[in-house]
Amino acid sequence: MKKLVLATSALALSASMAMAMDVVRLGTEGAYPPWNFINDAGEVDGFERELGDELCKRAELTCEWVTNEWDSIIPNLVSGNYDAIIAGMSITDERDEVIDFTQNYTQPDPSSYLAMSADADVTGGVVAAQAGTIQASHIASSGATLVEFATPEETIAAVRNGEADAVLADKSYLNPIAAEDDSLMLLEQDELLGGGVGMGVRESDGELKAKFDAAIQSMKDDGSLNDLITKWEIGETF
Amino acid sequence: MFSYCADPSLLSGMSWLSCYLTTGKHAAFYVSFGTVLLLLAITAPAALAFGFAGASAARSRVWPVNWIGKGYIAVVRGVPDIAFFLFFVIALDQMFEWARHKVKCPDWDQPIRQGNDFVVCQAAKLPLGESPQWVHEAYGFSLAVLTFAIVFGAFAANVLFGAMRAVPRAQLETAEAYGMSRRQTFWRILVPQMWVFALPGLSNLWMVLIKATPLLFLLGVEDIVYWARELGGTANPRFTEYPHGDWRMWYFFVLLVFYLGFTKFSEFFLERLMQKLTHGQATTGGEAQRKADA
Repeated sequence: MKKLVLATSALALSASMAMAMDVVRLGTEGAYPPWNFINDAGEVDGFERELGDELCKRAELTCEWVTNEWDSIIPNLVSGNYDAIIAGMSITDERDEVIDFTQNYTQPDPSSYLAMSADADVTGGVVAAQAGTIQASHIASSGATLVEFATPEETIAAVRNGEADAVLADKSYLNPIAAEDDSLMLLEQDELLGGGVGMGVRESDGELKAKFDAAIQSMKDDGSLNDLITKWEIGETF
Repeated sequence: MFSYCADPSLLSGMSWLSCYLTTGKHAAFYVSFGTVLLLLAITAPAALAFGFAGASAARSRVWPVNWIGKGYIAVVRGVPDIAFFLFFVIALDQMFEWARHKVKCPDWDQPIRQGNDFVVCQAAKLPLGESPQWVHEAYGFSLAVLTFAIVFGAFAANVLFGAMRAVPRAQLETAEAYGMSRRQTFWRILVPQMWVFALPGLSNLWMVLIKATPLLFLLGVEDIVYWARELGGTANPRFTEYPHGDWRMWYFFVLLVFYLGFTKFSEFFLERLMQKLTHGQATTGGEAQRKADA
């Protein structure tokens, strides 16, 4: 009996080791609902959690979730602390010089302004954005004064306390906030920025990129990606 | 946690709060207090060891050792903490992996640096790609401890270097007159007497170290400030069962109480230590103690 227990536990151990051989670490921010956030149980949750888990299943990879501050999310990928970024990161040329992107898994999402009043001045006033985002570089190149914050939450707080006239962010992020808070509203004007959101991988990691590309394509083909996009209200479907 | 927590939207008052404060997310917040305390408990002696080595090196008569000691103190003290943390940890990690790569994969023919990427063979990865999450976390944590120890070690080295010079010259000359070697004088006379001069500076460093722990998140370790910000931020009812407004003020208030309480406790303890170290020393404090006893 003892031997049997030993044998099965040895088997279980070797099985779990074999399974663990292909661990891919997914880096995300965990502060950008509905894309990715930390749920009540303290785990990563959201659109990208479900998407990432499904992609890993299709690519037959074992995936683990890691949270990392947005500011240092690219340097930590490049130095190998995790293997892919899945954090609502829009595909831009500047980022593409440093890392590689898989094909996009969302349509280009319009960015909108959230403000306390409908007549907020977004061309000459003060506009908040998260540092290192496409929205921040857009404001910097427009006439408005840019104030940057490290987290999305702080950009909203800046509008609430009057430090900024408006905040520019992905519409899918601002929509639920505007819906739950009567004092905040979305402005009519949208900005079309970026080329959709993709996963970021190291430039030298062509194999992983190909696996995720194939998995994303298969989710696009059978419509399951569209279901996820609709479920989490991310924006336009494919 | 509790059975009545199944549907928090029906609860109110204390029962809601009891459910809210026992979510998994809050558990992570409570655990992070332990992380911070553990970091302090390991970093403080490690930094002291670095400081002691640095100060001893800076006093050395052998010039390469002397240069290393003085160079360490000057360079690390001069670089801003945040730059040091962002750059140094990544560099340190890459240095370890590079060394392991050279040993373990001698037949590797691709370059390690490919543009921006740093690519080593799978066997050289630290920690190994297949290791469970906790190994990664423990590794990140020990990198954090090492970095903190190096940074604060440089400041401690400077404090100790000054303290060593503050020991009255007469004490050392007397030791020499008794025929002690340089080594004996250092260990038996200088080191036991220097602590009383070093303690005010070291206690300052300890206070700064306590407050420097939020730098942990730069290294991917989730500390109390990270969780306070995360938990305190507006909780949208679509993404949580416990919606609330911007409660960051309350969470940061808890941190304020924690930090103030901790520094107060430290001050009390350091005061006791100072009294102990002063005992029998050739300082005004020691003299005052002697008179009071007499």
